[in-house]
Amino acid sequence: MKSVLILGALSDIAQATAHRFAQAGHHIIFAARRIERLDAIVRDFEIRYKDKPEAVAFDALDCDGHRHFYEVLSTKPDVTICVFGALGDQKEEEKDFSKARCILDTNYSGAVSILHVVAADYEMRKAGVIIGVSSVAGERGRQSNYIYGGAKAGVTAFLSGLRNRLYPSGVHVMTVKPGFVRTAMTEGVKLPPLITATPEQVAADIYKAYEKKRDVVYTLWVWRYIMLIIRVIPEFVFKRLKM
Amino acid sequence: MTTQKLTNWGHYPSIDTAVLRFQWVDQVRELLSQTETLIPRGMGRSYGDSSLFATVLDTTRFNKFLAFDEETGALTCQAGVTLAETLKLFLPRGWFIPVTPGTKFVTLGGAVAADVHGKNHHKEGSFCDHVLSLDVMKADGEVITCSAQQNPDFFETTRGGMGLTGIILHVTVRLRRIETAYIRQEIIPAGNLDGIMKLFEESADWTYSVAWIDCLANGEKMSRSIMMRGEHATLDELETAQQKKEPLSLPPRSQLNIPCMLPGFLLNSTSIRLFNSLYYHRHPKSMTKEVIGYDPFFYPLDSIHHWNRIYGRRGFTQYQVVFPMENSRKGLYALLDKISQRGLGSFLAVLKLFGPQGGIISFPRQGYTLALDFPISPRHLNLLNELDEITLKYNGRLYLAKDVRMSTYMFNRGYPHADRFKERIRQWDPRGKFASLQSQRLGVSL
Repeated sequence: MKSVLILGALSDIAQATAHRFAQAGHHIIFAARRIERLDAIVRDFEIRYKDKPEAVAFDALDCDGHRHFYEVLSTKPDVTICVFGALGDQKEEEKDFSKARCILDTNYSGAVSILHVVAADYEMRKAGVIIGVSSVAGERGRQSNYIYGGAKAGVTAFLSGLRNRLYPSGVHVMTVKPGFVRTAMTEGVKLPPLITATPEQVAADIYKAYEKKRDVVYTLWVWRYIMLIIRVIPEFVFKRLKM
Repeated sequence: MTTQKLTNWGHYPSIDTAVLRFQWVDQVRELLSQTETLIPRGMGRSYGDSSLFATVLDTTRFNKFLAFDEETGALTCQAGVTLAETLKLFLPRGWFIPVTPGTKFVTLGGAVAADVHGKNHHKEGSFCDHVLSLDVMKADGEVITCSAQQNPDFFETTRGGMGLTGIILHVTVRLRRIETAYIRQEIIPAGNLDGIMKLFEESADWTYSVAWIDCLANGEKMSRSIMMRGEHATLDELETAQQKKEPLSLPPRSQLNIPCMLPGFLLNSTSIRLFNSLYYHRHPKSMTKEVIGYDPFFYPLDSIHHWNRIYGRRGFTQYQVVFPMENSRKGLYALLDKISQRGLGSFLAVLKLFGPQGGIISFPRQGYTLALDFPISPRHLNLLNELDEITLKYNGRLYLAKDVRMSTYMFNRGYPHADRFKERIRQWDPRGKFASLQSQRLGVSL
C-alpha cells in the first residue's frame, strides 16, 4: 500500500484527489494549516476506506519549518501531491504589495520550499512521485489575474526543471494544469459549464495520469487545446484583449 | 456567496436567493452572525417553499461521515450527507435506512426537518423515531445536543420543525441490519377504495405497504387500486443465481433523463386517464409475488432524473393529506369524488396507512394518507381550495414538506400543537434568524 502526502488538504481538489487515491487503496496523509478542520475528514475516510489517514499541521508560508515538517512525518510518503494555492484578489494586490507577496509566496515560494525538501529525500531514495498542481493561468499572463498567473507560471517552470533534475534518479514529477474548476476557491465566479470541471473530474484526471506516469496533464483535457490557441495569439493582439 | 434563481422540486415558486455555503462548523457561526435571516436547505426536495428564502444556507457540502458503531448500527454524520450516499456505503455492508421517503436524494438534516415517513410508518414510525441524537446550532450560535432523552423539548420541536429551530449539524441515526439488497414483494389489485383499505388492514404485519390509486376512473372503476407490500428478502428467499452470488449489491438500473421542461399540454386528463389505465392493467388480476431490488421498490422515480420536468414550466405541487382513522374512509371518498367530478386527476396518487406519531409538529398521525400531484394552474388551485374544505371537515391536515399554498387557518386547524410550536420557536429564536417563505405564510415567522 502506497502512502500519499497531500499538502493543502482542505481544498476541494485536494479532498476529491484524496478520495480517488484512497479508493485505489492508498494510505493518505493530510497536511493543512487549520488542522482542526481535518478531524471530520479523517473520520470520514476511516469509515469509507477502512484505513485511518494521518493529519499533520502544515503551513505553506512557514518555509523555514518545511524541513522539520518533513523530517518528523511518521510515514514517509511514496507520493507527494502539492495542491495548496490561493487565488486572491487581483485588484487588491495591484494596490497593496503585501497582498501580492502573499499570493506569490503561497503559490510559488511555498511550493519551491517544500518540494525541494521532498525532492532531496526522493532523490536519495531513488523513488517517489511528486505531483504539483499549477494552473492554465500560468501559460500566459492576462490582465484579470496576472499576479496569480505569474506565480503559477513560476510553478510550472519549477516543476519542469524539477522533473528534469529528478529524472535520472527514477523519480517522476507530474505537472497538473487545471482550467476552470467549480470549487470553494471559485465561489461566486461565473464559469462556463461546458469547460468547467468538478473537483471529482480533476481528481479522476490526476489519478489516471499518475497511473500512466504522464508529465503534464490538463484538466479538463480540452484546456490543452484552448491554451494552445491562447499561446499562439500574437502579443500585439493579446495586449488589446480584455480577458 | 452566490445569487441565483432557486426553486424546489415542484418548480414553484422560483425566487432569487443569495446562497451561502459551508464546509466547517466555524464557518456556520460566522455566516449566522453576518446574516439577519436565512433558512437552511439540503437537496431542495420539498415540493414547495419550505426551504426557500431571500438567503439560503446550503448544507450539502457539510457531508462527512463521522462515526459508525458496527454493533448497534448507530451512524453519526454531518447533516448534509444524503440517504443515497449512506446507502451506497452501507448497503454493501448489510445496513439499510430505517425509514426512507420515496427518494434517496435528501439529506439527513432534511429527513429530520421534515420528519419524513416511508412505507413502514404503521409499524416503525417516522425517521426521527430512529434518530438517537442531533446537534443543532441555534440562532445565537450555541450548539445544543438533543434527543428524546436529552433536551427533549428541543428535539420534539426540531423533528418536523422545517429547519426553524436552527441549523442541524450532526445526526446520529440507527441503521437497520439486512441480509440482502432485495425485497420480497406482493402486488395485489383491488377494485375500489374499500377493497384497498381492507388490504391495508390485512397487511398490518407486513413491514412495507403502499397503494397506488387511479383517481380518474369513473363509475364502477372508481378508485381501483394496486397494493404493493414487501419485506426485506432473506438470503434463502433470493431466487436467481445472480442474486445469490451478490446478495448485497444490485445490478445497475437503467436511468432515464428528462432533458428539459416538457410542454404543459402533455399532462392532461386524457393522457393521465390513459396512463392510469395502462398502469392498472399491467398487473394480472390476482396477486403477483416477486423478489425485486430495493432501489425500484423504494425509489421508483429516482431512476427518471428530473421527472418533475414532465409538469412543464408552470410547476406542480402535491396535496398530501392525512385523516384520523375514524374519518379516513369518508374523507378519502369525498376527496376522490371531488377530483373525479372535476376531471382534474393526478397519475401519482399514493395511499399509505400511518400508525401513531410522536413529536408536536410532525405530519403523520394514525389514519390514512393520500398524496396527489397537481400542476399549478388556476383550475387546479381552485380544486385544492375545495379539497381543503373536505380536509377541514374530516379533521385532516396537510404535509408541510409538500405544501406551497396552505393557509394559516388550515395549518392551525390541522396541527393542534401549532401554538406551542410557534411559542417555542419565538423563545429560542426571538429575533427571527430562521424563516422560510412557508413559515412566513403560515404565521410561524414574522
